Order: sequence, then structure tokens, then C-alpha cells
Amino acid sequence: MLAARPHDESAASEPSTRPEPGSAGREAGGGQGAIFEVFRQERKGKPLEHAGSFRAVDELAAEIYAREFYGRRHESEALWLVPRTAVHEIADFPEEFDRSYRRVDGYSLRSRLREARARAAATGDEGA
Amino acid sequence: MAEDARTQEFVEYVQAGGLVESTDWMPEEYRKRLVKFIEMHANSELMGVLPERDWILRAPTLQRKLALTAKIQDEVGHAQLIYRIVEDLGKPREACFDDLIAGKSKFHNVFHYPTRSWGDVGVIAWLVDAAAIVSQKALLKTSYAPYARIMKRVCWEESFHILHGRDVVLAMVSGTESQRELVQEALDRWWEPLMMFHGNPIPAEDDPMYRWRIKSQANEDARQEFLDGYVNQILELGLTIPDSKLSRNDSGIWEYTEPDWDELLAVVTGHGPASAERIAFRSLSRAEVDWVSRVLLAEAA
Repeated sequence: MLAARPHDESAASEPSTRPEPGSAGREAGGGQGAIFEVFRQERKGKPLEHAGSFRAVDELAAEIYAREFYGRRHESEALWLVPRTAVHEIADFPEEFDRSYRRVDGYSLRSRLREARARAAATGDEGA
Repeated sequence: MAEDARTQEFVEYVQAGGLVESTDWMPEEYRKRLVKFIEMHANSELMGVLPERDWILRAPTLQRKLALTAKIQDEVGHAQLIYRIVEDLGKPREACFDDLIAGKSKFHNVFHYPTRSWGDVGVIAWLVDAAAIVSQKALLKTSYAPYARIMKRVCWEESFHILHGRDVVLAMVSGTESQRELVQEALDRWWEPLMMFHGNPIPAEDDPMYRWRIKSQANEDARQEFLDGYVNQILELGLTIPDSKLSRNDSGIWEYTEPDWDELLAVVTGHGPASAERIAFRSLSRAEVDWVSRVLLAEAA
């Protein structure tokens, strides 16, 4: 198993310790407004990377906050604001079969290459 | 898997450098310690602007006024970003505000002291922020990944604050005799709180924060790093550090007068010289701007 995180094996059956993605919005217990996730592009041509999140009552407020939080020093080329409720997260990738044939580490050529080179050299010597 | 075994696996995972996301399973103790620690950090960012706020109207030039206002906006922004992390761990921001005002949660010792002159503003922006950036840089390596990511941004902005503070101090020590005195007096006032800033020396192996790798630097190591970085920068300006015992021994370790750790405990539990005033002011500001949230929420509804 390639799971890098200790939670993977039974994550689905355990109660989460935090609000699930998608449970944002007007939560009980004092949360006001909705949570917006912010993706930020540092320079043209760079990928948009997750930068953080904030709460805002609506899209207009979210835009104002985003400009203040992530743009007041011209440190961003572009921002994406995504309501957390719109994020569909996938964080489990079960490895049910050996799929190493899809990856670079599934191929081990070194010893066989060495043998092949030796064989080719030997054949070459014979031919000379 | 049994809870204990699972917790043990989690401890080994974080100790080996593993990173934890907010959606991952985590032991309850880890979550509680994160909330307490990160909430105190957010509180400190929020309360840290109050001593500086007093000087916006008294800044000596327009440029200084703008820079100070920008620094204050940064700190409040840090508070907002950091409270967001606490919220994702299960404690709403409003509950954090309630606990702060009720004295149930803490903020850093240095924000419990009054400011007396513009010299204090320079010393705070330079040296308090320098001490803070030592801790915050170490937090880039925390096991809780959302916190580490926010620290990256916080450190980037703090480096501007340090430069701004150093510029203020440099201007004053390059000025008149009375300006130099103001800086020296401010340094005399702030030195002991600065030496307390990183906490009493707890061996890393006894510190549960270290076991969970929420912190990756022992308190004393942080203080030593601060002294390594800043003692010479202070002395080269002709300022005197008010501790005759301060010196670097042969093995490169700074020795200093042991700060009064009882005072530190008293201060951070709300018995500092400006604690009551600051908490009362925070309470007042919150009440004064409450209508803004109510209007925005009503409009959005």
C-alpha cells in the first residue's frame, strides 16, 4: 500500500474532526457568511495555487477581501475565489492492483542493460 | 485499529516529518493543542496592533504614518488568516473573540506592556517583530500543513515590518541626542520582555508541542537565534543592551540574566501593566463595529 497518510485506511468510516468541505455557509456556533477558498497566481504563466481561505457574506465582500488580503502589494497576477461548498475534494487513491507499469519506478533496466551491453560487446568482439 | 495504536502511528508519522491536512484524521489531543497554540498566535496578531495603533495619529511624518498603518493592516490580516485555521479545526472566530475578552485565552507577553514614545514604535517594529519572525520561521516546518502555508505569507510580510522598524531606529539614532535617548529608553523597557518572548527553556523532549511536531524549535534555541541575529545589529548603532551579564561564551552560547519567569506567567495570564486596558479596548472595538457585521449579514440574507 502506498498511502502516505496515516488516516487513509478507515477515513471514510471515522467522524471527521473538522467541518467537511462542503459544510460551509451559515454554520451553527458563530460562523458568519460563507468560506471562500482562494487560489493565487503569482506570475503570468504560473499555476494557480491554493493560498488560504476567508469568510465573506457574499461575492462582493469576497472580492473586496481578496483584493486586500492577496493583492494589496501587487503580489498576485490573478485570483480565483471558490466557495468551499463548490469544492469537490478527492483525497483517497486506493491501490487495488499493482499499477507500477504506469510509473517510472515500475521499470528496472539497470541490471538487464548491463547484461545486454556485455552480451553486445562479446558478440562484437567475436565478429571482429 | 485501536485508538492508542492509531495515535501512536500518527505520532510516528508526524515525527518522521509527515504533514497533516485539516481533513485528515487526527488525535483529539493534537487538535486541541493546535487550537490553543494557533488561537494564541491569532490573538497576538490582533492585540499586537493596539500598542501601535496609539501612534498612528502621533507618527512624526506622513510617510511614517502610512507605513505604520500598512503594518497594522498586515497584522490584522494575519489575525484573520490565522483565526480561519482555528475555525477549520473546530473553534469559530466569534468564540475566540469571546474567550479573548473573557481572559480565557492568551496573547503574547510583549503586547501586555504600554508604549511611551515613538522610540517604542521603532523598537517594537524592529525587535519584537524580529523575535516573532524567529518563531514564525520555525513554524514553516510545523506538522500542521495549513498553518505552515499561512506562515509563509506571514513571514514575507514581517520582513517588511523589521526593515521599517530598523529604519525608524536608524533615523532616530542618527538624529539629535534626545532622539537617541528615546531609543535607548525604549530598548531598556523592552529588553526584558524580549528575553521572555520565546518562553522559559523547556527541554524539547519534555515539551508535548515538540512531540506532536507542532513546534520544531525549542524555546531556548529560538532565543539564542534571536540573540545571534540581533545583538550585534543593536550594538553597532551605539545602543547599550541593559544586561551586564549578556555575553557569548566560548562554545558560542549566549549567556544572560535569567528573566523573571514568574513575571512572564503573570503577564500572559492577564496581569501585565497594560493587560486590562488592552482587553477593555478590544472589547469596546468589538462592540462598536458589531453593527457592521449585523448590517452585512442582514443584507446578504
